[in-house]
Amino acid sequence: MTASRLATGGSAIDRSRPIRFSFDGTIVQGFAGDTIASALLAGDVAVVGRSFKYHRPRGIWGAGVEEPNALVDIGGSRATPNTRATTEPARDGLVAKSVNATPSALADRNAFLDRFARFIPAAFYYKTFMWPDWHRFEPRIRAMAGLGTVDADWTSPGMADQINHHCDVLVVGAGPAGLAAARLAAGAGLTVTLVDDQQSPGGSLGYRAGEIDGKPAAVWVKETIAELAAGGHLILPSTTALGIYDHNLVGLNQRHFDGRPDTLWRVRPRQIVLATGAIERPLPFANNDLPGIMSADAAFAYLRRHAVLVGRRIIVATNNDSAYEVAGALAEASAEVRLVDIRRNGTPAAPANARLIKGRSLASASGKLRVDGVTLDDGTRFDADCVLVSGGWTPTIHLFGQAKGKLAWSDARAAFLPGDPVDGIAVIGAAAGAVSLSEVFAGAGPAFAPLGQTKAPLPRSTGPKATGGILPAWPIPGSKGRIWIDYQNDVTVKDVELAARENFVSVEHLKRYTTLGMATDQGKTSNLPGLALMAGITGRTVPEVGTTTYRPPFTPVPLASFAGARVGELMAPVRRLPLENVHRANGAVFQEYGGWLRPAHYGGYADAERSIADEALRARQSVALFDGSTLGKIEVIGPQAAAFVDFLYYNTMSTLKPGRCRYGFMLSENGVVFDDGVLVRLGEHRFVVSCSSSHVAAVHARLEEWRQDRFGRGAVYIHNATSDMATLTVSGPNSRKLLKALGLGLSLGDADLPHMAIAHGSYAGDEVRITRVSFTGDRSYEISIRADRAEPLWAHLRKAGQAFDAVAIGLEALMILRAEKGFIVIGKDTDGTTLPHDLGVDGPRVKRQTEFVGRRSLFTEEASRDNRMQLVGLAVPQGEAPLPTGAHGIKRIDGRLRSQGFVTSSYQSPTLGRPVALGLIERGATRHGETIDIQHLGKISKATITAPCAFDPAGERLHA
Amino acid sequence: MQLFPCPFCGPRDETEFHYGGDAGNVRPDGIDVPTDRWAGYLYLRGNPKGTAREIWVHMICGEFFVMERDTVTHKVLSSAALDGEHAA
Repeated sequence: MTASRLATGGSAIDRSRPIRFSFDGTIVQGFAGDTIASALLAGDVAVVGRSFKYHRPRGIWGAGVEEPNALVDIGGSRATPNTRATTEPARDGLVAKSVNATPSALADRNAFLDRFARFIPAAFYYKTFMWPDWHRFEPRIRAMAGLGTVDADWTSPGMADQINHHCDVLVVGAGPAGLAAARLAAGAGLTVTLVDDQQSPGGSLGYRAGEIDGKPAAVWVKETIAELAAGGHLILPSTTALGIYDHNLVGLNQRHFDGRPDTLWRVRPRQIVLATGAIERPLPFANNDLPGIMSADAAFAYLRRHAVLVGRRIIVATNNDSAYEVAGALAEASAEVRLVDIRRNGTPAAPANARLIKGRSLASASGKLRVDGVTLDDGTRFDADCVLVSGGWTPTIHLFGQAKGKLAWSDARAAFLPGDPVDGIAVIGAAAGAVSLSEVFAGAGPAFAPLGQTKAPLPRSTGPKATGGILPAWPIPGSKGRIWIDYQNDVTVKDVELAARENFVSVEHLKRYTTLGMATDQGKTSNLPGLALMAGITGRTVPEVGTTTYRPPFTPVPLASFAGARVGELMAPVRRLPLENVHRANGAVFQEYGGWLRPAHYGGYADAERSIADEALRARQSVALFDGSTLGKIEVIGPQAAAFVDFLYYNTMSTLKPGRCRYGFMLSENGVVFDDGVLVRLGEHRFVVSCSSSHVAAVHARLEEWRQDRFGRGAVYIHNATSDMATLTVSGPNSRKLLKALGLGLSLGDADLPHMAIAHGSYAGDEVRITRVSFTGDRSYEISIRADRAEPLWAHLRKAGQAFDAVAIGLEALMILRAEKGFIVIGKDTDGTTLPHDLGVDGPRVKRQTEFVGRRSLFTEEASRDNRMQLVGLAVPQGEAPLPTGAHGIKRIDGRLRSQGFVTSSYQSPTLGRPVALGLIERGATRHGETIDIQHLGKISKATITAPCAFDPAGERLHA
Repeated sequence: MQLFPCPFCGPRDETEFHYGGDAGNVRPDGIDVPTDRWAGYLYLRGNPKGTAREIWVHMICGEFFVMERDTVTHKVLSSAALDGEHAA
C-alpha cells in the first residue's frame, strides 16, 4: 500500500454513505462525494489507462478538467466514452473501463508496442503506410491506437435539453475570484449566473489555506453561495463554459450524472467574467509519464477534499512557490517528503518536516507499472512511491482566446496572460495571473464595471499571503531519455525535435504533425511546454512562436447535447398535407417531394410500378383525383399589383382579365428560369401566384424582396395563403361530369368556365374557388377549399367518382401524365443555365417593352448563342425500354466523345404503350426528327429528337 | 452566434436571417444597359474589410432591411427598414 485514505478529514466525502463501483472488472470502494479518480487513488489503483500510441501505463495526473490520462468509458445506462475520471462522480453500481487497454489497464496485451517506440515516432503513419493504400492498414492501426470506444448500440436516453438564458453577469468559475465577483455584482443589484465545472464551489479555496474577512475560507465560500442563492441568482455546479461565440454568446455544458443527457445552455450575459483559474504544468524529465507522477496541486486537492494521501515517500519537484504549501501539508499528514526545487535562490522557507533540496531538478524517474524512484541532475537517487510535480501555472485563457482576445507574454509568470481587453469580457483571478487572494479580490471589483459599481467593500484576505515566484523549467532540446510533453497523445521531446527538423516549426503545423495538443484534453497541460520547446529548438522566444488557435469546445461535449430536439423526424421536419390521414386510409404510399410528404401512389397493386401505371392509364380513360394542396397560393394585393406581377413575371400579366389565369415563368436576374406556374387574377388589384410546391418559400421571399426594395410597402401587400387552403384536382374526360355531381352551385359550361378561367362556388356552406387549369393535358379543375373543410369534399369526390371509375393518383402518375404532354418541372427539366427561350417561350423576350426581372440577361452574348441546349422530346426505337434519366446525348468531335445534352425526364407511358422522355439537347428545337446516340454507363443507344409533347399535340382533350 | 437587430422584431439570432446582398447595388433598368454595368450589378461585390452596408432579411417576419456592420469585429453599427429604396 502506498496511496491510501486517511482516517479523518475530506471535505467532499460523506463517510456515512459508502459506495461500490467497478473499474476494469474489479470492485472499487469509495464514499459519496468521491470522483472516480479519488476513489481509485484511495484504493491505490496506480494504472488507470494506456497511452494512445505506445500503450504506456498511465496514472491519474490531475484533479479536474485538464486530465490527460485518466479517461474511462462509462458503461451501463450511459455508455459515455473518454469520460474524465477526475470530474466524474463515483456512484454506486457504475461500470467504468479504462481506455485503449485490453483486457485491462494493468495487463494490457498491446503493452509490447512500447518496445518498438523508437520505430514509431511522430508522423510514422504518414511515411510508412503510403503504399499500396493507407486504407489497407487503417483498420488494424485504428484498433491498436486511440482512446475510448464508442458503443454503436447506444442511443441517447432522451432528447437533450437546450436552454436559452439571459443575465447581467455570467461568472465562469467559482473559485475565490469568481465568488468575489459574483457576490459584488449581486450586491450592485445585477442578476448573476455562476457556473463551475466542479461539483462543489470554492476552487482552490477547497484545499489551499486562506482566511477571508477574518473567517476560514470554507466558511466564506459557504456564506457567499448561500447569499447568492437567497438573492435568486442561478448557480450551476458541474457545468463547464464550453465556448464563447459571436456577440458574447456563451455555451454551457451541464452534466447531471443521473442518466439524463447533458444540458446545453446558451447564455447571453451583458458582461462575462472569466474566473477560470490556472492549470498546473508538468516538469520535463525522463519517464515523466509513469503512473504515480502527478500534479502537486491535484495531490493537495485529493488530500483535503477526499482525505486521500497519494503516497508515503513523496518527491515534490518544483520550479515555483506554489508547491511549498503542498509539501508542507503532505509532511503534516505524515508522509516522508523531499522537496526538490530547481531554484538555488529566492525560494520560500522549507516547510516543516519536509526536506528541501535547492538548485536541483529531476533527471529521470524509474519504475515499470508505477514510479519507484527518481534520479536528480547530480546523480542522487531517491526511492519514492509518488512524484509530485509543479512546473508552473498556465492561466486558463481559452475562452478569452476564443473571443479573439489577444494574449500577452509575462516573463514574471512564465505564461501567456490576457492582453488588450475584449468588450463585455473581464478576466480575473489566476486566469489573469493573480497569485495572492488580495490580488484576486482587487481584480474582482472592476470585473463588471460597465454595468455599475457596488458600494460593498472588497473581501479582504486576512490569512497567509501566497507568492508567485517561478524560474522557467521548459523542456530542453537534446535532452536524454524519453521526456513526455503530451501524455495523452504520446508526444515526446524527440517528436517535437523531429517536427522541427522536418520544418514543421509553426505551432499549427507542429500540432497537426505530432498530434501535440489534440484529442480530449486539447493540450491543457502540454501546449505551453510544447511551444516553449519549439522556441528553444528554433532560437525564438515563446511569444514569437505563439499559440495555436483557441476553439470551442473547451471540454468534450456529447453531440446529443448540440442536437437537442433535432433528432429523428425533427432533424428535417417534412410539411404535411391536411388530408394525410385520409390518403393513408386509402392505401397511399408516401414520399418526400421538395420538403412535402405526399402520396407517391395509392396501393392499387402490391407492385408500385403497376399501381403507378394503372393510375396514369385510368386518369386518361375517365377521371383522376389528385391532392394538389401543396401548390403555392401567394396573394398579391394592392394598387400596384398589376405592375408588380408584370415586373416579377417574364410574361406580361397586367393584360390578364379578372377571373382569368395565365401560365408564366419567373426568372432570376441572370435570366435563368426560376419557377413556373399559373397566375390567377381575382380582381383588378388582386392576384394569386400559384408557384411550384417546393418553391413557395423562395417565391414568397422574392416577392417580398422586390416589394420592399423596389415598389415600396404601400404598393402591394403579399400574403402566403398556401397552407390556408387545400386544393383538390379533378382531371380527365369525365371531370366535368364528376364536378356536376358535387353540386357546387355554379355553371360548369365552357362558356362560363372556359380553360384558364376561374369561378366561385360553394360546398357545404364554404366558398370554393374552381380554377380550370391543366397539368395533365386533360380537362381539369382545381377546387380550393378551406384546409380544415377539405375532408368531406374529398370523400364526396371519391364516392361520386365511383360511377365514373375515378382513380386517386399520386405524384408519380402525375409525373407520367405531364411528361406525356411535354410539361416541364423546373429544376428537373431545366438546370441553372436554362433561359426561357431554351424552353421555346421566346415571345416576351422579343415583344415586351416593359421591364421585368432577368430581362437584360436575355440579351447577352451567352443568351444569344446558337448552340444552346433546348427542350426536346426523345423517342426510342420500338420495343426499347425507357431512357435512363440523366443519360447523355453524345457526339464525336475529332474522335472524342462529347456531351450534347441529357435526358431530364423519362417514363413508360401506359396510355401510349411506349416510353416518353424529355431532354435538354444542343440546338434541339431545330433538330426534330434527327436520331442521336445516348450514352449511359458506357452503353450507347439511339433516340430520335421530337417535339416535347408526345400526347394530344393539338390540345383537344383540354376541351373534350 | 451573432445578434442582428431586425427593425420589426428587435435583436434576434443570426440563424433567423438570410443575407440579401450589398446595399446600394442599384438595379439598372432597360435592355440598353451596357454589358459590363449589368454584369457588375449581377456579380461584382465589394467584399469590404471593415464597415459594410448589406441587405438582410429576417425570415421569421419577412422584413428586408439595410444593416451596417463591421466584417472584422462583427460589430453591428445600424439597421434600418427598406421601403422601395432601390426604386429606379
